[in-house]
Amino acid sequence: MSKKSSEYLINRKDNQYEVVIGLEVHAQVLSESKLFSTSATKFGAEPNTQVSLVDAAFPGMLPVINEFCVKQAIKTGIGLNAKINKRSVFDRKNYFYADLPQGYQISQFKDPIVGEGKVILDMPDGQKEVGIERLHLEQDAGKSIHDLDPQNTFVDLNRSGVALMEIVSKPDLRSPDEVSAYIKKLRSIMRYLGTCDGNMQEGSLRADVNVSVRAKGSKEFGTRCEIKNVNSIKFMQMAIEYEANRQVDLIEEGKSIDQETRLFDTKKNETRSMRSKEDAHDYRYFPDPDLLPLEVSDEFVNELKNNIPELPDDKKKRFIDEFKLSPYEATILVSDIDTAKYFEEVVAKMGKNKDMKLAVNWITGELFAVLNNKNLEISQSPVSAKNLAILVNLIKNGTISGKIAKTVFELMLDGDKDPQKIVEEKGLKQQSDPKAIEALIDKIINDNREKAIEYKQGKEKLFGFFVGQAMKASGGKANPQLINEILKKKLQ
Amino acid sequence: MSDITKQSLTELVKNIKDKKLSSTEVTKAFIDRSEKSKKLNAYITEDFTSALNKAKKFDQKPNLDLKLPGIPMAVKDLFCTKDVKTTAGSKILNNFVPTYESTVTDNIWREGAILLGKLNCDEFAMGSSNETSFFGNVQNPIDKDLVPGGSSGGSASAVAGQLTPITIGTDTGGSIRQPASFTGTVGLKPTYGSCSRYGIVAFASSLDQAGPMAQNVKDCALLQEIISTYDPKDSTSIDFKRNQYNKELTNNIKGKKIGIPKEYRVDGMPKEIEDLWQKGIQYVKDCGAETIDISLPHTSYALPTYYIVAPAEASSNLARYDGVKYGFRAKGENLIDMYEKTRSEGFGAEVQRRIMIGTYVLSSGYYDAYYLKAQKVRKLIKNDFDEAYKKVDAILTPSTPSSAFKIGEKTNDPVSMYLNDIFTVPVNLAGLPGISIPAGHDTKGYPLGLQIIGKAFDEQNILNIAFAMEEKINFKNKITDWWIK
Repeated sequence: MSKKSSEYLINRKDNQYEVVIGLEVHAQVLSESKLFSTSATKFGAEPNTQVSLVDAAFPGMLPVINEFCVKQAIKTGIGLNAKINKRSVFDRKNYFYADLPQGYQISQFKDPIVGEGKVILDMPDGQKEVGIERLHLEQDAGKSIHDLDPQNTFVDLNRSGVALMEIVSKPDLRSPDEVSAYIKKLRSIMRYLGTCDGNMQEGSLRADVNVSVRAKGSKEFGTRCEIKNVNSIKFMQMAIEYEANRQVDLIEEGKSIDQETRLFDTKKNETRSMRSKEDAHDYRYFPDPDLLPLEVSDEFVNELKNNIPELPDDKKKRFIDEFKLSPYEATILVSDIDTAKYFEEVVAKMGKNKDMKLAVNWITGELFAVLNNKNLEISQSPVSAKNLAILVNLIKNGTISGKIAKTVFELMLDGDKDPQKIVEEKGLKQQSDPKAIEALIDKIINDNREKAIEYKQGKEKLFGFFVGQAMKASGGKANPQLINEILKKKLQ
Repeated sequence: MSDITKQSLTELVKNIKDKKLSSTEVTKAFIDRSEKSKKLNAYITEDFTSALNKAKKFDQKPNLDLKLPGIPMAVKDLFCTKDVKTTAGSKILNNFVPTYESTVTDNIWREGAILLGKLNCDEFAMGSSNETSFFGNVQNPIDKDLVPGGSSGGSASAVAGQLTPITIGTDTGGSIRQPASFTGTVGLKPTYGSCSRYGIVAFASSLDQAGPMAQNVKDCALLQEIISTYDPKDSTSIDFKRNQYNKELTNNIKGKKIGIPKEYRVDGMPKEIEDLWQKGIQYVKDCGAETIDISLPHTSYALPTYYIVAPAEASSNLARYDGVKYGFRAKGENLIDMYEKTRSEGFGAEVQRRIMIGTYVLSSGYYDAYYLKAQKVRKLIKNDFDEAYKKVDAILTPSTPSSAFKIGEKTNDPVSMYLNDIFTVPVNLAGLPGISIPAGHDTKGYPLGLQIIGKAFDEQNILNIAFAMEEKINFKNKITDWWIK
């Protein structure tokens, strides 16, 4: 568990404060249609084109649960090592707002579909367990647009009724870095399961962040503030940092912290009070009489359990055991399902005589750099796993040097070309004929007699010069190992 | 035939099938009578031109295999009807025209019936006298200035006054059975989950149920056979084996055990109601059934329980009428102001009263004491019936504690108004079927009804008992057409 060295503490004069964070993550269920209607859920559609009579709360319209969304929630629960509740209840959360057509949100209050669970975070100094309090299903609201007209507010109901999973953590997080790791882990698990695409830009994943502080070593929780609806990891970290310091300052000044809901202003990098506890809504939760309690059988849950894919923690363990990767390498490769898929495909295509280390280095090195540069996902990689495997094999069997491989890789980027062909067409095959290299070296020594003498007299630095010259003369193709061996012999 | 409107549904169907009457003749007859009956104020929206066109179209190519071939019918204005204004008796939906059809009305049109228009009702079905409607009082055809009951007052008035051969109402706490009782007609509230709620403007979702209102039990059975279908669009619809209620209707109830619950003998109940009940007991015995004294110990808690559960659900169900998307909107300075003005001006006093009661009982700090407790009592009331049904097949009670009262008589006394539903609400709370049949007259000559309560999904049994009793009672409704002369 976490060591002292990485503890995130806020220091003031003689006092040290610990930050306690709990997250309510809203993850949009990956589904074709909404939680209680058949409307589409596609992102970016024209306003109000994905709205049914149910979503717009027309008189006499009734919700009907989307079984697929229920399955998605249960699968996510399984991925969070959580208890699946065979009976859950949909409640109405009542409040008035223009983008909430029913005047209530259908959510789960007392009896959520998923109970307690846990996720494991890989922190630089070891693993950390974070408790999950619950996961429940609920409807999203529509969107109010205030800036299109000076007088009027426009309402887009495309999101209205879209299924969300609210995943509530226990107050187990202690630093912005842990929050980052936690969100990434949740996203990773859900992407493995195909239950949420985790796309934060499109709002598929956002969180309410609960922050409190307490004197280091204290067992009691401080008064918490809830920062609403933060939609990027960076902003979450900034908001926590600001909010924790604000609370510590209040304590240091002898003031008390008000339990309240706050907003994070991303431009000013500060949190602002939105409403106090006294102004909190009375949501008048009660079971939705339009929906019967949701009951799922053991068979239903087991069927889903049996079809859960290998999840990141298991995959990591397998990568370490089977491929002899370091925990660090394995963590990087499993964190995203598409990266893991890519890596496994490379491994498969490399065949029998494979160099796992080399493959890992190429993926996390050259490939990641290119993807980063071009702002691409690995699923959009310009170089296919198959061709990368061929490239790694070409290095491994000595056909090309690592250096030439970089040139070949550059050429592969244009249209996913076969590296074998590039090597052949461009004549980049490594020069491994000792006689040819010997001839080449003889010529260089002959042309640089004075330097050869200086070297022999003890100026050993000049060895690099000869290697460079030999490489240059061969057009970079000469086997560097052979150059070394032959040069050493000749310069004795 | 000059007496078309006096015919029962069963007779009309037969005459059309035998080609003795055309749909156009029948439709025209009911339109003519409806036109002459404006004083009753039974309609909110008339759709006569369209009805006549549909009838003519039907006659051009009549499909006589249907169960309601070319039969005109007006329905309660709580059912959403495609392209025909649907108001729920409220100003807030005064301009609302649905683009969709309720499942129940859809079932009816599929069997060949033709919409005559939309019938008046209490606003959002909240009332027992049809006096809360934005569109004004409805007159009871029995006598001038007499309420027809509520909330399906327009429906009851239209059937009793022969403006429509049959109709459908909705019943949340007695809204079919009480007006049926007040107008000398038959009204069935089916088991909760029997008829789809899809497309019915919601009042209290866990209690609302659509049902037929008719001049006799057979007509009622025929309509129930049509409207009761399993509907996946309503999550509370139940997929049980439904009888062919009309086809299987029988007056043979020999050996049936009928429970007589002592708790329904309430304080201050008029003697004529008690006498009617005794007569009813004699009738079922004459039919060969056996009566057994039973106890439903939690009956006295039913009314207060109902007036917590129903307003709670209503307060949430009616939140959607906010002026944003459809319906009436008042101008406001900002969103909150618009909400407040829209809802203050758009909802009538009774609806506002119930929204406030409902909001209160769901509020934090009061939820446990009111809503949660009411749910527990509701369970006890249901258990009472479950216990009783171990011994009996059905239960016989009066439908209402009195006959119809005068317009305005109870408008300033909500509690006395609520007491009207004392015999009907337990049935809704337990989700059971109940039927009211006319069984006699009081000293003023106003009709009185008896209620038969059945086991869940046992509509056939109570229809059979009602059918057998109807024969013995031989009730004749005294309709003088006072509003036409």
